[in-house]
Amino acid sequence: MEFFRIKKDIPFMKHALVFNAISFITFALAVFFLFSRGLHLSVEFTGGTVLEVAYSQPAELAKVRSAVSALGYADDVQVQNFGTARDVMIRLPVQKGVTSAQQSEQVMGALKAADPGVTLRRTEFVGPQVGEELVHGGLMALAMVIVGIVIYLAFRFEWKFGVAAIIANLHDVVIILGFFAFFQWEFSLAVLAAVLAVLGYSVNESVVIFDRIREAFRRYRKMTTHEVIDHAITSTMSRTIITHASTEAMVLSMLFFGGPSLHYFALALTIGILFGIYSSVFVAAAIAMWLGVKREDLVKSTRKEGDPNDPNAGATV
Amino acid sequence: MNRYPVWKYAILVIALLVGVLYTLPNFFGEAPAVQVSSAKATIKVDAAVLQRVEEALKAAGVKADFVSLDGTSVRARFDTPDNQLKAKDAIQKALVPDAQDPSYIVALNLISRSPTWLTALHAQPMYLGLDLRGGVHFMLQVDMQAALTKKAESYAGDLRSALRDKNIRHGGISRDGQSIDIRVRDEATRTATVNLITDQFPDLQTTVTPDGAEFKLRASIKPEATRRVQEQALKQNITTLHNRINELGVAEPVIQQQGLDRIVVQLPGVQDTAKAKDILGRTATLEVRLVDEGTEARAAEAGQGPVPFGSERYLDRNSLPVIVKKQVILTGENLTDAQPGFDGQTQEPTVNLTLDAKGARIFRDVTRENVNKRMAIILFEKGKGEVVTAPVIRTEIAGGRVQISGRMTTMEANDTALLLRAGSLAAPMEIIEEFTIGPSLGADNIERGINSVVWGMLAIAAFMCVYYMLFGVFSSIALGVNVLMLLAVLSMLQATLTLPGIAAMALAIGVAIDSNVLINERIREELREGASPQMAIHTGYERAWATILDSNVTTLIAGLALLAFGSGPVRGFAVVHCLGILTSMFSAVFFSRGLVNLWYGGKKKLKSLSIGQIWKPEGNGKAVAKPE
Repeated sequence: MEFFRIKKDIPFMKHALVFNAISFITFALAVFFLFSRGLHLSVEFTGGTVLEVAYSQPAELAKVRSAVSALGYADDVQVQNFGTARDVMIRLPVQKGVTSAQQSEQVMGALKAADPGVTLRRTEFVGPQVGEELVHGGLMALAMVIVGIVIYLAFRFEWKFGVAAIIANLHDVVIILGFFAFFQWEFSLAVLAAVLAVLGYSVNESVVIFDRIREAFRRYRKMTTHEVIDHAITSTMSRTIITHASTEAMVLSMLFFGGPSLHYFALALTIGILFGIYSSVFVAAAIAMWLGVKREDLVKSTRKEGDPNDPNAGATV
Repeated sequence: MNRYPVWKYAILVIALLVGVLYTLPNFFGEAPAVQVSSAKATIKVDAAVLQRVEEALKAAGVKADFVSLDGTSVRARFDTPDNQLKAKDAIQKALVPDAQDPSYIVALNLISRSPTWLTALHAQPMYLGLDLRGGVHFMLQVDMQAALTKKAESYAGDLRSALRDKNIRHGGISRDGQSIDIRVRDEATRTATVNLITDQFPDLQTTVTPDGAEFKLRASIKPEATRRVQEQALKQNITTLHNRINELGVAEPVIQQQGLDRIVVQLPGVQDTAKAKDILGRTATLEVRLVDEGTEARAAEAGQGPVPFGSERYLDRNSLPVIVKKQVILTGENLTDAQPGFDGQTQEPTVNLTLDAKGARIFRDVTRENVNKRMAIILFEKGKGEVVTAPVIRTEIAGGRVQISGRMTTMEANDTALLLRAGSLAAPMEIIEEFTIGPSLGADNIERGINSVVWGMLAIAAFMCVYYMLFGVFSSIALGVNVLMLLAVLSMLQATLTLPGIAAMALAIGVAIDSNVLINERIREELREGASPQMAIHTGYERAWATILDSNVTTLIAGLALLAFGSGPVRGFAVVHCLGILTSMFSAVFFSRGLVNLWYGGKKKLKSLSIGQIWKPEGNGKAVAKPE
């Protein structure tokens, strides 16, 4: 079997401008939603208490909500189904002077009074100072990933590639965040991990193509930069699609079988992988081209390291 | 060219065997067990306890799979929950005669069913995180500022008595925040005070400011001493928490330091958060009272007659009654430290107590009025008092430094000091993070996690086998080996497996297959360009390796960043993610090449490879441009 029967290199770079325009529009939309709607941060970031309770019959959310509101919480109590109709998730804000234990006991007491069949599945309380640290830690991790990858790619290839790869993949990250903002999906620590994993994973994708570009520069002396990039993308096409489909299969299996705990994690990965293909193939290479990658950039720098194909390697006079 | 030397195969076989060996314990599941641990700080679980447990089991006629001493607890494993319950009753009866005052905690537990020879090799199953087994998790923040204030308070008291000893006249000592202000009237006193502080208080540093005709000396704790105070505070709080948690009878509590000022407490299997929190947050329960020495009290002590009005009867550690007055002189709050030591003159073991300024003042007054009488230090555990020690007051004790000596072994001195310290926390703590996971949710999470990994893997393997034929089979086997190695490494490291960890495993499989796809595509490409099958395998692997390395390093950078800055679930994800990348390089490249070499390497006249259809474009497009 062979899915990809491509006769000629596909002239991707002819349409680079179009791809970049598409990227820019999605990017702008994502940023717009991030600012207009904001992320629906989980309790890990905001601080507060989360209770997950299970009923023996499908729960009536309105009743649950009124039972909780009656305890004196204002409108910022969130009650929603979680996974199945019988599981309910309740989010309470941090209250001054009341410990989380008292909070969860009060709520459980009120719910038990309304329906004795309710059981506590999970509670989670996070103090406000932890949330701040998490935001800080997350940003630090992001910064380290960016710096680390740019340095590594600059060392292995050329700075232009490092910059191109990071821009392309940060645009993925922003788009994932945009999705989370638009649909108001809950942004938790697990999702943050997924986002950073996507960053590493799709840079990986760009690296495969850059690797081909370097090789093509060395092997086909007469090709222009345009053609070299087209050739690199075309020849890795089959591998790109198959790999991503495989990883996506894994992620979809998490989405379908992983239950509610892994739902948003898998969702972030799904979006990340889909956009990862697009951005690393079309955007990263295009940016590298705009930045003006030349044959000399790559061929010279590798000569210094000792080209394994160089017949004169090791020979000294 | 496609042959591995024997040693490479040897490495593969050994790695595989070790992998299987260390993964095995995870498949045996868990068996019911009974765990015996100490309920009191002074009681140690040792070989003698092991023997008693064995005897109790023999007497009850319950057969255990094995009974072993494991660190600070004795564990016995049974084949059925029925036997487990019988054994628990038997052991409880033998070791804990008085249920009101248990010396040992006998708890039900689950331990790995893996055979003893595996356990002997330190092959143990992965530790399941709370999100997979259910339980309570707390993160406590220790208030270090309060610890430092407390320390400064005790230094102020020490300074006061030291100055008096040396007859240095000062114009008042007061604690201001975490430093101590001393007013002195003239130059000479200033020098004397500064000298005294440098000599006797190496942990303090002083600054002097002239204040009119007088001087103001400000003594503050040195940075390195501050660090030490904080470390000690944290350590003492952890010890205290240990003692308190023992009361809950939790089989495997985790009490760990996190960062400089935080403690993580995880109690697997506990559902009653309210009780757990109550016990964690309990306040100091140490009291100093005078012993009632009236005739009536003497009689009551000997067991003849009632306890006089205004007094109470407590037992000491040898179960002898002591009649003490109800009036409390001092509580654990006034005790800043208790350390075992030796008397300078008699070389007898002692317990040295340090009181804060308020405590020292009260103590001086009380001791002055009660010379040659006894005082009792009572520790309240579970609302029940026990006299830790009841020494005779020899002289007036001023300055807040109390030495308890006489008829003590070094061991007893250690234990007493520990007990005295156990009553109080060095610094207040606050719960800043907490979660409870019900046991059913934990079981669901495991099942879902495993399902998603298994189904995803099956889908990928099926696709690979159809698309790449025999090479796909090799890739699938390599994928399986990757999972095996990953599980083995996680088990060897005794890493905690959490749901995000399982997710990382699934993602690692996705990333691992990338390497195999790269290799297979490269080999096809080489074949398309007309290379001989052997050559195609060789160059395919070689060329793909550079790409695989680059792409995995970038993924690893992201993983390491998560590991460095992430916390909680993110860390659990990052550990498995990073390890998964490393094992995938081994399995996808080294191991799969081994399989290919074994199959194809010996065939000299190889005509074709079973790697699926190789389609060649008819036109001479640029995709097949010949290298110059």
